[in-house]
Amino acid sequence: MAQGWNLHYLANPARFLRLSNRIEPWVAGLTVILLGGGLYLSLLASPKDYQQSEAVRIMYIHVPSAWMALFCYSSLAITSAFSLIWRHPLADIIGKSTAPIGACFTFLTLVTGSLWGKPMWGTWWVWDARLTSVLILFFLYLGYIALYNAFDDISRGARAAAVLGLVGAVNLPIIKFSVDWWNTLHQPASVIKLGGPAIHPSMLWPLALMALAFTAYYVWVLLLRVRGELISRRISTIRHRQTHG
Amino acid sequence: MAGHGSMSRLILILRRDLRQALRQGTDSMTVVIFFVIAVALFPFGVGPELDILARIGGGVIWVAALLAAMLSLERLFQADFEDGSLELLSLEPVALETMVLAKVLGHWLTTGVPLVIASPFLAMMMNMHADGYAPLLLALALGTPTLSLIGAVGAALILGARRGGVLLSLLVLPLYIPVLIFGVAAVDAAISSFPTHSYLMILAAILLASLPLCPWAAAAALRHSME
Repeated sequence: MAQGWNLHYLANPARFLRLSNRIEPWVAGLTVILLGGGLYLSLLASPKDYQQSEAVRIMYIHVPSAWMALFCYSSLAITSAFSLIWRHPLADIIGKSTAPIGACFTFLTLVTGSLWGKPMWGTWWVWDARLTSVLILFFLYLGYIALYNAFDDISRGARAAAVLGLVGAVNLPIIKFSVDWWNTLHQPASVIKLGGPAIHPSMLWPLALMALAFTAYYVWVLLLRVRGELISRRISTIRHRQTHG
Repeated sequence: MAGHGSMSRLILILRRDLRQALRQGTDSMTVVIFFVIAVALFPFGVGPELDILARIGGGVIWVAALLAAMLSLERLFQADFEDGSLELLSLEPVALETMVLAKVLGHWLTTGVPLVIASPFLAMMMNMHADGYAPLLLALALGTPTLSLIGAVGAALILGARRGGVLLSLLVLPLYIPVLIFGVAAVDAAISSFPTHSYLMILAAILLASLPLCPWAAAAALRHSME
């Protein structure tokens, strides 16, 4: 009940703008601090791997971006459900604003993975299940963005993109479990698994810090994008009113 | 009673679609001709060495089938959307999902089945090993209905969009990849005399999963397009 009230409360754009203006500087500050600390720990203070030496540091960018790529798509799917079921206008805007961020994180995952693969596996790219399913995720983001912008009527684009967002969610479990279902070159999960993480604390801490930093960055950029979208809609409403009296 | 009613309406819509397709007659033929030409391009591209063609034949036929199935998707709901029949069909006392299922079945019968029938001849042109023929036919027979089902979601989403055709390929092709992977894997396994059973089962599983889900998603998209 309280949840529904909260969502309803935030559906008012003016109220949302006021709230986001208030928390945005805090989120920005948090992002800078976490990213600064995380980068220092992961690039300078953490030990190098006995097998991979310095190349292991790519992990501190690669793994958090991969998590964020999945996290962004999950939020996209959830906002799509909100937009289709409750016709929540803010859900449309959050979905639209999340998609480019998620696409960038997915792209970053693919690029850092490729850079990491060259010294470790000896090749920039292999067609293994994990890599292929993340590539599909990237295409799904692009399709979502293209579909959203393909209609003259904004709300029609939002609905169509929301349906696609939900359909594409079938890819999420495939990505997560691809390393278990298929015998792949990509290593299986080593942080989130039964029996605790199989990674040394000296590497786990910088990784966790970077993951938090990326999450804070996502919230920060999301707030900026949603605010921009709300303001641009308000401007177009005002223009519309001026031309049509 | 209700089940009988929706079943007979499904058949009515299907008969209408098939009749239209037969009357025009060109759409199915165009798809098959595209399929043949697309496959025939590869010997020119990679060279006519029979060993290479035999090695890549299964994959080439599958990719060409994928593109051919996509080619005709744009028109799946477009004509009915433009002349208003879609709104009339949605007023019928039958779930929109059933209507979508009838449309998908019509699409498969007019494009999927011709592709399956044409595939052994192309396999022959690609010098495919004789062991690969039966799995290729089976895999295509199990895979092409899934292509029509997934395609229906894309075709419903792009109604009223600018440059719908290009957009459709961007939406549908990534979702086709799983079918392609297991379809080709079945053929390759048969050629290297491994069991194909598990790949065909996975293709059947994908078909069974998309059978209820895709009409549901496509019907949701159609409802939004008619608002």
